Amino acid sequence: MADARSAILEKIRAVKPAGFGDKATAWHQISRGFLAGSALSREEILHLLEDRLLDYDAAVERCAPGEIAGVVKALLDKRGKSRMAIPEGTDPTWLPAEGVDFVVDHDLPYGELDRVDGVLTGCTVAIADTGSIVVRNTAGQGRRAITLVPDYHLCVVFASSVVKTVPEAMRLLQAWNTAPITFFSGPSATADIEMTRIKGVHGPRFLDVVLVLD
Amino acid sequence: MSRIPLDPATSPAFPKAAKKSLGDQQLRRNVRHATDVIQAKRKRMVEERDDWQELRESGSQIRQHTLRYLDQYLEEFERNCTKAGGHVHWARDGKEACEIVTRLAREVSAKEVIKIKTMTSEEIHLNNALEAAGIMAVETDLAELIIQLGEDQPSHIVVPALHKNRHQVREIFKQKMGLKDLGDTPADLAEAARSYLRHKFLTVPTAVSGANYLIAETGSVCIVESEGNGRMCLTLPETLITIAGIDKVIPRFQDLEVFLQTLPRSATGERMNPYNSIWTGVHEGDGPKNFHVVIMDNARTEILADEEGRQTLHCIRCGACQNACPVYRQTGGHAYGSVYAGPIGAILTPQLQELHHAESLPYASSLCGACYEVCPVKINIPEVLIHLRHKVVEKQTKGLGKLNPEAVAMRVMANIFRSEARFRAAQKFGRTAEKPLVNRDGWIGWLPGMLGGWTQARDLQAMPDETFREWWEKRDKKEVRNG
Ligand code: SF4
Repeated sequence: MADARSAILEKIRAVKPAGFGDKATAWHQISRGFLAGSALSREEILHLLEDRLLDYDAAVERCAPGEIAGVVKALLDKRGKSRMAIPEGTDPTWLPAEGVDFVVDHDLPYGELDRVDGVLTGCTVAIADTGSIVVRNTAGQGRRAITLVPDYHLCVVFASSVVKTVPEAMRLLQAWNTAPITFFSGPSATADIEMTRIKGVHGPRFLDVVLVLD
Repeated sequence: MSRIPLDPATSPAFPKAAKKSLGDQQLRRNVRHATDVIQAKRKRMVEERDDWQELRESGSQIRQHTLRYLDQYLEEFERNCTKAGGHVHWARDGKEACEIVTRLAREVSAKEVIKIKTMTSEEIHLNNALEAAGIMAVETDLAELIIQLGEDQPSHIVVPALHKNRHQVREIFKQKMGLKDLGDTPADLAEAARSYLRHKFLTVPTAVSGANYLIAETGSVCIVESEGNGRMCLTLPETLITIAGIDKVIPRFQDLEVFLQTLPRSATGERMNPYNSIWTGVHEGDGPKNFHVVIMDNARTEILADEEGRQTLHCIRCGACQNACPVYRQTGGHAYGSVYAGPIGAILTPQLQELHHAESLPYASSLCGACYEVCPVKINIPEVLIHLRHKVVEKQTKGLGKLNPEAVAMRVMANIFRSEARFRAAQKFGRTAEKPLVNRDGWIGWLPGMLGGWTQARDLQAMPDETFREWWEKRDKKEVRNG
């Protein structure tokens, strides 16, 4: 008897419908008539993003590039957070000089990530249509565990990395398509009980965003 | 915590099981409430998209395209996943898949594995196989946890515990988690699950997941979820074993631009679900060090071989057809005797089982067409149902040859249901065409115990003069006006 791999592949070849030429050419012929961009102004797109984030109960603070550290401090104070994990490669100008203890994630044990008050990261792209923020494994955004285990996430989003639609985001992410990528849209949630959306299950339960007008 | 899995081979036929469900008022209330809520949310989310039909069309075309080059895309996925440090295994059927997962778990001496909700693993009864090998599977999705602790069965592919209300969940949690004081707001119950599982996430070193998409171009896996339990399982353990049917592969990373829009809106009525994870093989310093993907056939190639049935493989398991189905909304999921319930179950289960054990399922539908209208990848479920009914009739009347009138009439119906444009006309036609079938003496005799049983359950023998669909739409409007 043939091994499972050849058996399955041979069976597929024997019964599948015929293709139209080579697969790359055929792939390009797939119709994509959906909306991929938008005619909205930058301000309108930012406004939409803010709106979606507020919908998810995230606080959004706008600021100029030079004011990030101050806004970070204010948001942390408001939440009562004083010990924050940060990924390697975090821009030092984002960090308030005092009042907050920042722990750099040099492969911190998970138990340690579980004990910090929260995590501060940047992001790769944000999608206004869906209120989603996308992080990947890179400097300033960190490994996946760092935005997962802590209960609070403070994320710095630059206006220049905000797009309107999911297709725009996917095309942008294409450059890093093999990096670990996480989309998050609001805090973790479930609707498993009577279809009531409850915020906060296993992932971070609280999310704030600094929207930097660069 | 073992439970008897839903198995079409041993479950009672749909009419019998449906009758039982129909008698359970609490279950019917719970199912109706949950499906009403999801449907209303879905409707809002779909209506705000001007390009919904284009998205459906693209989704359908991507799936069709993938099936034409399925062997090549699977090989491409394997190549790229392997290059990135993952290990790819192939399983012809559920038994082989269970053996592979059990062996891999044993290799790392796992006593316990944490699991993300995966209908594929329910399909193959993986938990039972692991348990038989002395490995305990811990479900981490809230709904799956409710089901596991309640020794129950999933009844919906997206919200598996939708047949339970908060009071019932509270009782299960109180008893099984040993909690004396537990509130019954959904937030209390979610908090209980969070505390119960937190320690497991941080300490259990082996996880099992399904997959929403395997991306051929990059060898990546994509999982969409809500609670973060998925991310915990994908990220924290040392070893991750992912099981996926051969139908889960998509050609390119970019193709997610379609499914990441249609799936959340269809499944839970959200613009985007809280989390999507995409990862590729093993990434130094981020996530599991051992990563395995088990690619499973389990009769999917049989479906691929069937020209009319193969569109079933387009399914992205959003559950929208279940929520929209008047029959499912009455009976709930368990009556289908399979983890895949509702319209998708009525076409998928009989095909996965080669019709042997699920011959009544193609009849578990009023052919009203609501499932087709909501399907985000345009699977013409009524067409496949008619096709499968035809196969059942053919099988049951073997010896009489293809010319028997029911088989011929079913064929004609199948041809008509194939065209979306002619769909409504087809229903009118159905009303005319069904008469000679149903009114003929001997129809029930031809399908002993099956159609007869089903009509008993739905109290409806022929299609009414007003179609179910028309009636349903009117009824919906009435509800809106009253509300
Ligand atoms: S058949 Fe269509 S509507 Fe039903 S679960 Fe599959 S994709 Fe969703």
